[in-house]
Amino acid sequence: MQSLTNRNKPVDRAPMNFWERLYLPEIFKGMIITLRHLFKRKATIQYPEQKREFSRVWRGLHVLNRDEEGRERCTACGLCALACPAEAITMEAAERELGEENLYREEKYAAKYEINMLRCIFCGLCEEACPKDAVYLSETVAPADYARKKFIYTKEDLLIPNPVTEPEAYAKAKGLEPNENRLTGKR
Amino acid sequence: MINLSAVLLAFDWGFLLQKLILIIIIVSVSLVVAMYETYLERKVAAWMQDRIGPNRAGPFGILQPIADGGKLFFKEEIIPNTSNKTLFVLGPGLAMLAALMTCAVIPWSSHLQFGDTTVQLQIADVNIGILYIFGVVSLGVYGIMIGGWASNNKFSLMAALRGASQAISYELAMGISLIALLFITGSLSMRTIVEEQMKNGIWNVVYQPLGFLIFLVCAFAECNRTPFDLPEAESELNMGYHQEYSSMKLGFYLFAEYINMFISSAVMATLFFGGYDVPFLDESTLAPNVAAIIGLIAFMIKIGFFIFLFMWVRWTIPRFRYDQLMNLGWKKLLPLALVNMLVTAAVMLWLHK
Ligand code: SF4
Ligand code: SF4
Repeated sequence: MQSLTNRNKPVDRAPMNFWERLYLPEIFKGMIITLRHLFKRKATIQYPEQKREFSRVWRGLHVLNRDEEGRERCTACGLCALACPAEAITMEAAERELGEENLYREEKYAAKYEINMLRCIFCGLCEEACPKDAVYLSETVAPADYARKKFIYTKEDLLIPNPVTEPEAYAKAKGLEPNENRLTGKR
Repeated sequence: MINLSAVLLAFDWGFLLQKLILIIIIVSVSLVVAMYETYLERKVAAWMQDRIGPNRAGPFGILQPIADGGKLFFKEEIIPNTSNKTLFVLGPGLAMLAALMTCAVIPWSSHLQFGDTTVQLQIADVNIGILYIFGVVSLGVYGIMIGGWASNNKFSLMAALRGASQAISYELAMGISLIALLFITGSLSMRTIVEEQMKNGIWNVVYQPLGFLIFLVCAFAECNRTPFDLPEAESELNMGYHQEYSSMKLGFYLFAEYINMFISSAVMATLFFGGYDVPFLDESTLAPNVAAIIGLIAFMIKIGFFIFLFMWVRWTIPRFRYDQLMNLGWKKLLPLALVNMLVTAAVMLWLHK
């Protein structure tokens, strides 16, 4: 097989020569290597205080989007549930009543929308499938919990804050997203 | 009655008190050192693997050993009901006892002067110090052997047998490498050996580099440290001879290993690296107290280096296979030690002519 990295070394089964059989020179070489590692930069990130910066294309916990007027974008078309290879999404559709135009963007909306985070593999196919730009994967890790029940995220857990009625929470959620320095927690 | 009080009066109570205090200090220092060895071990392991290591308990994690000890104390004590209960409890006790007893003959420094009383910083300056250490170290095998056997468990027994055969094989080479050293020093007393080195200004390692190397390798084997940690080979024997142990009994076994490491570092520093001798410094020109304290610090630095060496080697190389271990012990180290002894003897004879 052709080597891709040019770094592979064929297995050497030749009997050990005198110096190798003495063990000590070889052991000493190894000790020099470990000693060098003593002074190398450490790979540890002190987690609760420091956080690793997420990649721009990181696929984390889902959010359900709203439009600029604070209306839910999801139209309960079910394409995300269909696209999901893990069958993690379920929803129930409902018809928008008169006077609810400020709540829902389309005439049909998701009355119930659940994602089971234990099933989800964070592949992002739901995000790809959505024709209404309603579901997105954010830069958050799904937090641990004690009960299985708590991993079924309902619509309330997933929806982002309303930009009209809760502008502060919305700004906070948004401001955290793209350009915050996650290693220091400062912007 | 009169006789008894005469005997009691004749007895030097001050001397007894002084030794008692010294014993308490030295034993507790060994325990504390062993505690912090566990901390250092984790730190060194972490550094060599490009990690940081324990740093949450207290500043820099220095309270970690206390947290570990506390955890061990509060764990459930399990004594398997098929085990031999007396021996099962005796095992870790013996291991600990043997580990702590060795520190009796090590000269920690010269002497302190309080008024006209002189306090030797050594529990007992017996004239057969080295023999004593060998004797007590061999006792340590009983701790392993009894513990492994009393557990009534195949793996523990196998590990104990490994431990015992390993200790016996390597003690041989160790003893012979030391005989060569004794040819040079002409004394078995640890203090005399150190004072000789101080007087000459040349450490024994210069005369006996091969002997030191053999001693070092055997010390690794005696302490069951990697690459000779076959008695605790997790991958082959689950955990080794302390598999059935839990709580502080397990802690004692682990602790005994660290104390052994401390003591063998001390022995190596004493025999081959001048003990409490500070190079290029004439101690006799200083006040005795100052000299003693400087000597103690120098000794501790030497011990610290050896402890670091133990850890350094542990996190560098994998363990030997059992046949390799025996080959190394019997076919390499033993002949090498014998040759070293014969050559030293010949040279000494030739020089004395
Ligand atoms: S990320 Fe993938 S697995 Fe998770 S809900 Fe979306 S489509 Fe399903
Ligand atoms: S999230 Fe998008 S794809 Fe899924 S039901 Fe709503 S509109 Fe359709």
